[in-house]
Amino acid sequence: MYQAIVIGTSFGGLEALKTILPALKEDFPLPIIICLHIGEHNNEVFIRHLSEICKLPVKEAEGNEPILPGVVYFAPPNYHLQVEADLSFSLSTDKKLNFSRPSIDILFETAAWAYKDKVVGIILTGANSDGAHGLKTIKEFGGKTIIQNPCHAASPVMPRFALKIAKPEVRLHLEEIANYLNKLTT
Amino acid sequence: MSNYDESNSELLTIELNLLFEGIYQRYGYDFRNYSKAHIRRRVLSRLALSNLTTVTELLDKVLREPEFFKVFLDDLSINVTEMFRDPQFYQSFRENIVPKLKTYTFIKIWHAGCSTGEEVYSLAILLHEEGLLDRCQIYATDFNRKVLEIAKEGVYQKAEMEQFENNYIKSGGQHKLSDYYKSMYGSVILRKDLSKRIVFADHNLVTDSVFAEVNLIMCRNVLIYFEKQLQNKVLNLFHESLIPSGILCLGTKESIKFTSVDSKFEIVDPKQKIFKKKII
Repeated sequence: MYQAIVIGTSFGGLEALKTILPALKEDFPLPIIICLHIGEHNNEVFIRHLSEICKLPVKEAEGNEPILPGVVYFAPPNYHLQVEADLSFSLSTDKKLNFSRPSIDILFETAAWAYKDKVVGIILTGANSDGAHGLKTIKEFGGKTIIQNPCHAASPVMPRFALKIAKPEVRLHLEEIANYLNKLTT
Repeated sequence: MSNYDESNSELLTIELNLLFEGIYQRYGYDFRNYSKAHIRRRVLSRLALSNLTTVTELLDKVLREPEFFKVFLDDLSINVTEMFRDPQFYQSFRENIVPKLKTYTFIKIWHAGCSTGEEVYSLAILLHEEGLLDRCQIYATDFNRKVLEIAKEGVYQKAEMEQFENNYIKSGGQHKLSDYYKSMYGSVILRKDLSKRIVFADHNLVTDSVFAEVNLIMCRNVLIYFEKQLQNKVLNLFHESLIPSGILCLGTKESIKFTSVDSKFEIVDPKQKIFKKKII
C-alpha cells in the first residue's frame, strides 16, 4: 500500500543507516530515498561500502531517473533531490534551505506531493532542524511519519525538532526501524 | 502554510499549466517543460510572499502587471552560483581541453545560462592563465536581463571571496584569486581586462535558436531544470552549434546518457561531464 520510504538524517546518520539498511529484507518492495547531509564531500566511498553490506542495490539518484522499487537512492552532495509527479527524480542547485543542500524538507515535501498518502517519512539522528517541516507535510498528506527516539539518537536535535513540529505517528529505537519497515511492507 | 494540499493537488496541477501557458502567450518565456517539483515550490513561495490565495490569482496579476511579471521571472530563474564552482571540473578543463584549444588560432566559446557571471569570469581567468584569452570570443548568455546586468558589472560580495579563493586553489589556479579583483568596501570588482573578450547577451535556450557556430559550449546546471524532451531539444541545439570535434561541458550531475544526442558525442571526462562532438 505504501509506495516509497524517504529518510532524512545528518550528524550520526551514516552509522544509523548502517544499522537500518543491511537489515532490510532482500525483496523489500519499495524505493528508499535518502537525504544525508554530508557537506560537499563525495558520496562514492560510503555508497560503495553500503552496497557491500546491503542486500538491496544502493546508488546516487540521478536527474530524470525513474524511481524503482527495492533500490536505495542517495541525494547527490550539493544538490537538492526532488520527486516528480511521474515518480522520477529531479535535481536543483537552488539556494540552501536550513543551511542544507541537499535539504530534507525539499525531498520530503516533493515526495508528499508525488506520493500523496503513500509515503513513509523517517527522521533519524541529526544536529539541525532540517526535515521537520517536510515531515509535517508528509503527515498533512496522510503519509506515515516516523522518528528515531531522540533520547537514544547520536544527536537528538533533528528528531526533536521533527517531534515538535510534525508530531509524528511513530517513535522507534534505531534497532527497531528495519524490522518495522519489513513488517509494514509485508 | 499554502492553500494547497492533498485535497486540491489536482487543481494545482491544472492551474500551474494554465499559468505557464499564460506566461508563454503573454511574454514568450516558456516554462511549460520545466521540471515541476522545483517550479511548484517557487510558485507557492511567491503566493505566500505576495499574499495571494490561488495560482489563478497569480496568473491574473502576472497577465495584467508586466512589472509584477518581472519579479516573478526572478523567482523562476536559479541564480545560485560560485566562482570555480566544482573545482575538479576546471582542473579537468586545464588538463583535457586547454591543450586542444591551443591548436586553434581563434576560439569561440558559448557559455549558456551564465546567470550572474561568476563562472564566465572563472573561465576567463583560466584562459588568461593559459595564455588563450586574447584568442577567445566568449558569448555569455542568459534569458534573465537582470542577472546579465550583474554579470556585466563583475562586482561581487567580499564575503563570498574566501569560498571562491578556496575553489580557485583547488581548481589548479596559478596565482591568487585576489590578483584578479580590487576590494572596495564590502564588494570586490573584477579586473576589466577579464571581460574584454566577453559579450553578454540575452538568449533563451528554450525559445531561441542557434546564434553562432562555436568551438566550445559550457552549460552547467541548467539542463537539470528541464524535462527530458526539453533537454533533448537543447542538447540538439548545442550539437548544431558546435563545430566538428567541438567541446560540450555540462554540470557534474548532468548527462547525455539516454538522450537523443548520446551517440553524437564521445566522452572526454565521464565524471566532469565533458564531451566532444563526433566528426560524423
